[in-house]
Amino acid sequence: MTNEELKQKIGEILPDAAFEEGTEWTTLSCGPEGFLDFAARLKKESDLHFDYLFCLTAVDWKTHLTVVYHFTSTVHRHSLVVKVKLDRSQPIVESVTGLWRTAEFHEREAYDLMGITFNGHPDLRRLFLTPEYEGFPLRKDFEDPINMIKL
Amino acid sequence: MDVTQGNKPFPGQVHEIPGGGVMLSKIDDVINWARSNSLWPLTFATSCCGIEMMSAAGAKYDFSRFGFEVARATPRQADVIIIAGTIVNKMAPVLKRLYDQMADPKYVIAMGACAISGGPFFYNTYSVVKGADHIIPVDVYVAGCPPRPEALLHSLLALQEKIRSGMTREQIRENKPV
Amino acid sequence: MLEQIGTTDQGDMIINVGPQHPSTHGVLHLVITLNGETVKKVEPHLGYIHRSIEKMSESLSYRQFIYVTSRMDYLSSHINNHACALCVEKGLQLEIPQRAQVIRVLLDELTRLASHQLWWGALAMDLGAMTPFFYAFREREMINEIMEDTCGARLTMNYIVPGGLMMDLHPDFQRKVKEFLRLFKSKIHEYDELVTGNVIFQSRTQGVGVISKEDAISFGCTGPTGRGSGVSCDIRKLYPYEVYDKVQFDEVLEHGGDSWSRYKVRIGEMVQSMRIIEQLIDNIPEGDHQAKTKAVLKLPKGEFYTRVETARGEFGVYIISEGGTTPYRIKYRSPGFSNLSALDHMARGGKIGDLMATMGTLDLVIPDIDR
Repeated sequence: MTNEELKQKIGEILPDAAFEEGTEWTTLSCGPEGFLDFAARLKKESDLHFDYLFCLTAVDWKTHLTVVYHFTSTVHRHSLVVKVKLDRSQPIVESVTGLWRTAEFHEREAYDLMGITFNGHPDLRRLFLTPEYEGFPLRKDFEDPINMIKL
Repeated sequence: MDVTQGNKPFPGQVHEIPGGGVMLSKIDDVINWARSNSLWPLTFATSCCGIEMMSAAGAKYDFSRFGFEVARATPRQADVIIIAGTIVNKMAPVLKRLYDQMADPKYVIAMGACAISGGPFFYNTYSVVKGADHIIPVDVYVAGCPPRPEALLHSLLALQEKIRSGMTREQIRENKPV
Repeated sequence: MLEQIGTTDQGDMIINVGPQHPSTHGVLHLVITLNGETVKKVEPHLGYIHRSIEKMSESLSYRQFIYVTSRMDYLSSHINNHACALCVEKGLQLEIPQRAQVIRVLLDELTRLASHQLWWGALAMDLGAMTPFFYAFREREMINEIMEDTCGARLTMNYIVPGGLMMDLHPDFQRKVKEFLRLFKSKIHEYDELVTGNVIFQSRTQGVGVISKEDAISFGCTGPTGRGSGVSCDIRKLYPYEVYDKVQFDEVLEHGGDSWSRYKVRIGEMVQSMRIIEQLIDNIPEGDHQAKTKAVLKLPKGEFYTRVETARGEFGVYIISEGGTTPYRIKYRSPGFSNLSALDHMARGGKIGDLMATMGTLDLVIPDIDR
């Protein structure tokens, strides 16, 4: 499906999605409410069939946090980018490990480095840093005067 | 410590007598000579320098001709640990434990810029140990990112030279040639 | 569910493999739950080489952050640099001269060959055979010499820059590559005789570490791991970049899903890489090796994603830029990260010797996973 058709079809599923203009792939932003149902429909609908989640990124915009999901379909060969805006003081979103098992590691990494909690993840704990580590390094307000030597 | 002088002769004076010879030497010299020619490295490679260490073990830059033939996987049977790669905060206790498990006399070679001082990961990182000598005492440093296999061979020869001289680290520092 | 090392109530043993272990290809720490010799659960513990590259890249300029990606998946260092350069060029909307494009593809394929050679040697060594290790390094040295003449370094080459190449080719490049190709054609047959036809090797890899096609897509397995299960995911065919749409080569697919299929896919890929190099080596166009760029690069505000096919799978670079000279956020989608998450699924129910065969055919490079 082309970008225009995707936009139309997804607009029917999620009416309050905000689409961005001028990007390579169809990009939309939404909030965390109802995200799991939306993601399930993205996977199960036969003409969307997004069965491959290839990238899950956590971004810190200083006023809020965002989780960016990149999907593609191995059958129809179209791609989609979904950005979920989260509140900075309480960043909680539903986990999609039931739909795409690759999210198990990706969500653990987002929790470890950015502090976003994923409800329903089977085993949410730190992945790269030691379990006793305090703080979330990839956030923009992270300070570590002992280890980080600034240029 | 100049390793370019070529092979030193066997330490000791040989006196010819009918039916063979008698060799006069110090026990320290003979033991040091034997030890330096048979150092067994521990296979410890964390990142890219490990590939150059494996190349040095390969057929083109063979390091088994200097006595490093048997690379053991367990620290209990190894003499020298070649730290090839970056050490991070999570790996530091593991490195210390491996070093403690090695039996004396043991030596350490810090290979590559990351093991010497943190290397390219010095600024703005929160998890890299800025040099393996924060954790364990190092005998030989090899510069490079990654160092060529010939540079690693030079460092192995320098380590052999250091063992043959029989001096401690402080004595070597004072006798440093100008 | 953090298990303690020891014995559980049901008599299962929980033991460590690594982080310092000859066959973990870097520092991978696996906590295995064993019942006798049967593996019941494998849990990877990562982070022993987590060098905080993503945080560091936020303070490096667009010309500087490329050198760090060489050290991530160091066996495909050219291809990693290529992905970053493509992403920056996409942001600047630069046109690359044809000569630079062809040379970049040539170097990519040579790097892929070198990486697969080392994989072959390391896999055989894990399963107990020492000789293939030395054979693999003997051939790899020839490629390293070619790289050293042109790029100046053997392993971490920072030769591909945004705009093209850092400098022009060495005059001996074509002659040496042709000589290497002529030699390597006969060596592939030697590899087949030594390892592929070996009965012990076949019985250790056939039927071991099976993953089905749907599971491979769900776990995000790409590269030879995915293609061994029948998933058609070669980025060079699906989303071609540079001159890949102008050369003839096949995508090697197998449908068994076990370690033997993954092995056959990689050997087939070596043959296809040689085909690509043969088609390009005599037709390098004349021209500039670098497009004109400013000294200080500034990407416009926006987001850019590029993907390339490394020796391990799909490598993606995602740059979020706010218009300055340094990126706001970079994310590297590494192929080993997703391939490793499938290891637990593949290894359950097998023996511990099968775990080593499975890990060998997954071709993991841990700094690529830990970034």
